[in-house]
Amino acid sequence: MAIIYSIKRNFVRFNTAQFCVLLFILAIFTISFVFPLGTLFSKAFTGENGAFAGFANYKSYFGNPSLSVSVWNTIDISLVTTIFSTAFGFLYAYAITRTKILGKSFFKYVALVPIFIPTVVHALGLVYIFGRQGVITRLGFDIELYGRNGIIISEIIYTFPQAFLLFLVALEYVDGRLYEACEVMGVKPLRQFLHVTLPEMKYTVVNTIFVCFTLAFTDFGAPKVIGGNYNVLATDIYKQIAGQFNMNMGAVVGTLLLIPAIISFITGRFVSNKNTSTLNSKTIPLTISKNPVRDATFFLFCGFIATFFILLIISLFIGAFTTYYPYDLNLTLKHFIFNQSKGGIGCFFNSVLMSVASAVLGSIFVFVYSYMMEKAEGFGILTKYGKLLSLLPLAVPGMVIGVSFIFFFNSESNPLHFIYGTIIILVLSNIIHYFSVPYLTATGALKKLDREFEMVAESMNIPCWQTFFRVSVPLSTHAIAEIAMYFFVNSMVTVSAIVFLYSANFKIAAIAITHMEEAGDISQAAAMSLLILLVNVAVRMLYHIIKEKS
Amino acid sequence: MSFLEIKNITKRFGQQTVLSNINMNIEQGELVCILGPSGCGKTTLLRIIAGLETADSGQIFIDSRDSTFLPSSKRNFGIVFQSYALFPNMTVMENILFGLKQKKEMTSAERKKKALDMLNLVDLCEHQNKYPRQLSGGQQQRTAIARAIALSPSYLLLDEPLSALDAKVRAKLRTEIRALQRKIGITTIMVTHDQEEALTMADRIIVMNNAVIEQIANPHTIYNYPASRFVADFIGTMNFYNEGEAMRGIRPEKIKVVEHWEPHDIKALVKELEFKGAFTRIHSHIPKENSEFFIDLPSERVENMKLQRDTMLFLQIPEEHAVRYSV
Ligand SMILES: Nc1ncnc2c1ncn2[C@@H]1O[C@H](COP(=O)(O)OP(=O)(O)OP(=O)(O)O)[C@@H](O)[C@H]1O
Ligand SMILES: [Mg+2]
Repeated sequence: MAIIYSIKRNFVRFNTAQFCVLLFILAIFTISFVFPLGTLFSKAFTGENGAFAGFANYKSYFGNPSLSVSVWNTIDISLVTTIFSTAFGFLYAYAITRTKILGKSFFKYVALVPIFIPTVVHALGLVYIFGRQGVITRLGFDIELYGRNGIIISEIIYTFPQAFLLFLVALEYVDGRLYEACEVMGVKPLRQFLHVTLPEMKYTVVNTIFVCFTLAFTDFGAPKVIGGNYNVLATDIYKQIAGQFNMNMGAVVGTLLLIPAIISFITGRFVSNKNTSTLNSKTIPLTISKNPVRDATFFLFCGFIATFFILLIISLFIGAFTTYYPYDLNLTLKHFIFNQSKGGIGCFFNSVLMSVASAVLGSIFVFVYSYMMEKAEGFGILTKYGKLLSLLPLAVPGMVIGVSFIFFFNSESNPLHFIYGTIIILVLSNIIHYFSVPYLTATGALKKLDREFEMVAESMNIPCWQTFFRVSVPLSTHAIAEIAMYFFVNSMVTVSAIVFLYSANFKIAAIAITHMEEAGDISQAAAMSLLILLVNVAVRMLYHIIKEKS
Repeated sequence: MSFLEIKNITKRFGQQTVLSNINMNIEQGELVCILGPSGCGKTTLLRIIAGLETADSGQIFIDSRDSTFLPSSKRNFGIVFQSYALFPNMTVMENILFGLKQKKEMTSAERKKKALDMLNLVDLCEHQNKYPRQLSGGQQQRTAIARAIALSPSYLLLDEPLSALDAKVRAKLRTEIRALQRKIGITTIMVTHDQEEALTMADRIIVMNNAVIEQIANPHTIYNYPASRFVADFIGTMNFYNEGEAMRGIRPEKIKVVEHWEPHDIKALVKELEFKGAFTRIHSHIPKENSEFFIDLPSERVENMKLQRDTMLFLQIPEEHAVRYSV
C-alpha cells in the first residue's frame, strides 16, 4: 500500500515536458564535457598502441628533464604572478572603496581594460614598451622581456582585473556599523584594518590566490608570444599535440594542467563571494574618514597602474596607425588591410560571428539549464547530477577543453565527427569553457524570483513553458544580458581552447593576431587587437544601456 | 459527506514532522481559518490541499471523490500566497488575463469582460493599467484575490493574506474579504497566525500547533471554551488557577471586581496598571495561589477606584465562565 502511495505521489507532480528538456540539456552537457574529459584521461593512461600503460607516460614525462622543467617553470611564474596580482588587486580595490581618491570610476574602468583583449595582446603591448625596439628599452632599460619576465608581467596584467573585481565586491559589501563601533570605542585605524578589514577579507584573499594561480598556470597566449625559450605547460601541450602529434604525452600535460584548478575546486575556493551572505537590510554604508596622506599614496599607486594600462593601449594605437614604428611615424591606415595569408579581415568577422553565436546559444543553454536546476521539482538524481556538473567547467582550463575535444570529436568513429573543424565545435567549446560563471549568475537571478510565481501559475492551470517565457525570462533580462555579454567578450578574446579546434578556412581574430606576431607583422596584430577592443567595449556599453533600462 | 475532507494527512521534511495525522472537514460556502504560530505547518497543509505538494500519507476528498492524486490544475482552487506573487512585469489587467487565457472556451472579449468584472468586485477598475509595484499593499492584495477568483474556482485558499499590511488596512480588508466571500459564496480556507483575524472573519477556526490540530470550533467556542492550555494562551489571555485537583482558566475580562469582601472572594494585590485605551489591564498578584492574574476593567472604573500599586482587590470568578482543564 505504502509503496503504491509513494509511486502515485511522485507521479502526480511529474512533468513530462520538463523531464524531456532536462534529459536533453544533460545529454548535451555530458557529450560535450564528460565524454571528452574521459577520453583525455584514458589517453593519458594508454600507450601509443592504445594499450593500457598505467603511469608509464607520466614516468617518461618526468624522466625527461627537458619536458618536466616546464612544470617548475609554470609553478614559478604562477607563484610570482599570484603574489603581485593579489597584492595589487587588493590595494587597487581598497583605494576605490575605502579612500577618497579622485577619479574612482575612471580607475575602475581602466582596471578592466585587459579583460577586453586577448592575452596575446597584453604581450604585444609589452613588446611595444619593453621589446627590442620598445620605448623603455630604448631609454636604456632592458628588462629582458622575452622569457620569464615577459610572461610574468603579462600574466599579472591578465589576472589583475580578476583579483581587483573579487576584492572590489568583498570590500564594497561591508557593514559600516563595524567601523562606527570601532570609532566609538576609539580603535586606531591600523588596528581597525588588522582586526576588522582583514578578517572580513580572509575568504576573498584565499579565493583570489587560487583564481590568479590557476589562470596564470594555464594561460597560453602570453608564453606563446613572448615566452622565448622559457617553456611552460600550456605551450608544451600545444607543441606535443600540434607539433609532434604525440597525443598521449599531450594528454599527460593536460591532466597536469588540471591540478591547481582541481585543488581549488575541491577546497571550494572557486565559488566566489560567500561573504556577501552576511549582508542584511540593516547594513549601512561606510563613511570614509579624511586622510590626505593615505589618499595621496593610493592615488599615486592607482595612477601608476592605470598609466601602465593606458600606455599599453596607446602603444597599440601607435603601432596600428603609424607606418613603421619606431622608424617611420607617419600616420597610415594600411595596417588595417590585413594580409590574406593570415586570414585577412575575414577572421575578424568570423570572430564576431562565433562570439554572437556563443552569446546567443550560450545564454539560452545556461538559462534553461539553471531554470531546470532551480525550478523543476521531483527529478531527484538528475537534478543532483546537473548541479554537480554545473561547476566543474571552472576547474577545466581552455587548453584542456581544446585537447579533449580533439580526442573525442576527431575520432572517426564518433558520429559527431562532422562538427570537427566547423564553427559548431568552436561555439560548443566556448559554451562549455565559460559555462559556470554565467550559470551562477542565472541561478542567482532565478533564486531571487519568488517560488510562489510557479505555484500561482500552476494553480491557474498555466503550462510551465508559458510561465517560463512570460515571467521568468522577462524578469531576468538583466542577468541574461550579463550572461550574453560575458560569453561574447570571452569568446572574442579566447585562444586557449580554440587554438586546437579552428580550421584553416574558419580562422578567428585572436588566433590571427598570434600568427601575425609570430610572423613579425606586429602593426597588423595591433590593428586587429584594436578592432577586438572596439567591439568588446561597444558590447559592454550596450549591456550598460540594457541594464539602465531594466 | 463534506465538500472537502482531509483524512490522516502526514508530512515530513527529512527528520522533521511538519504535519501529523491531520483530519478536517470543510463545508460548502464556509470560511475556515487555520490558525497557529509560525512554522506549525499551516502553509504546508494549504499547499497539500492545493496539490502543490504531496503528503507522505493520508487522503483528500473533494466532493466525496478521492482526489489525493489529482493534479493541482484539476482541483479547481484559487490561491493567494503570503507574498501575493503578482507578476511584476505585467499590469493588474494582464495579471488577471494571464490565468484567464487558459480558458480556451472563452473569447478574448469575454475574458476581458470577466477580468473587468473581477476588478469591479475588488474596486480596482481605475488601477487596471498599473504595475504591481505602483500599487499599495492593500491594492496588491486585492489584485491577487481578483486574479484567484477570476477562474471561478470552487475553493479559495488564502495564505496569510493580510500579514504584510499595516493594522488599519488590515482591519478594513478583513471586512472586505469577508463581504466578498459571502457575496460570491465561495468556500474559503484562510491561513493566519493572527488570532484577531481568525476570530473576526471565520465561521470556524482550526487551531494548529506543532504539526497537530489542537481544536476545531466556531470562534465563540474557541474563545470561551478553549480545549487546551495552548489554545487558551494562543487566543487572548487566560488566567490559570487550581481548584482542588482540577486546573481552571478564566479570561481577564470575565473576572468580577467587587467593593466589599465576602467569603470565597479572592484577594489580590495590584502590581501594575497597563492602560490600553478603553480598558485597563491590571497585573495583580494572588497571595493565596502565589500566582499572577490579569484583570481587564473599563478604564473609567479604574480611575474612579483610584487604584494604585499594592491596593487590595476582591475578585469573584463566575462559575459559568471558568473553563476546566484536565492536567
Ligand atoms: N520545502 C521544505 N523543505 C524542508 N522544510 C520545510 C519545507 N517547507 C517547509 N518546511 C518546514 O516545515 C515547517 C512548517 O512550514 P510552513 O511553511 O508550513 O509553516 P507555517 O505554519 O506556514 O509558518 P509561517 O506562519 O511562518 O508561514 C517549518 O519548520 C519549515 O521550516
Ligand atoms: Mg506560511
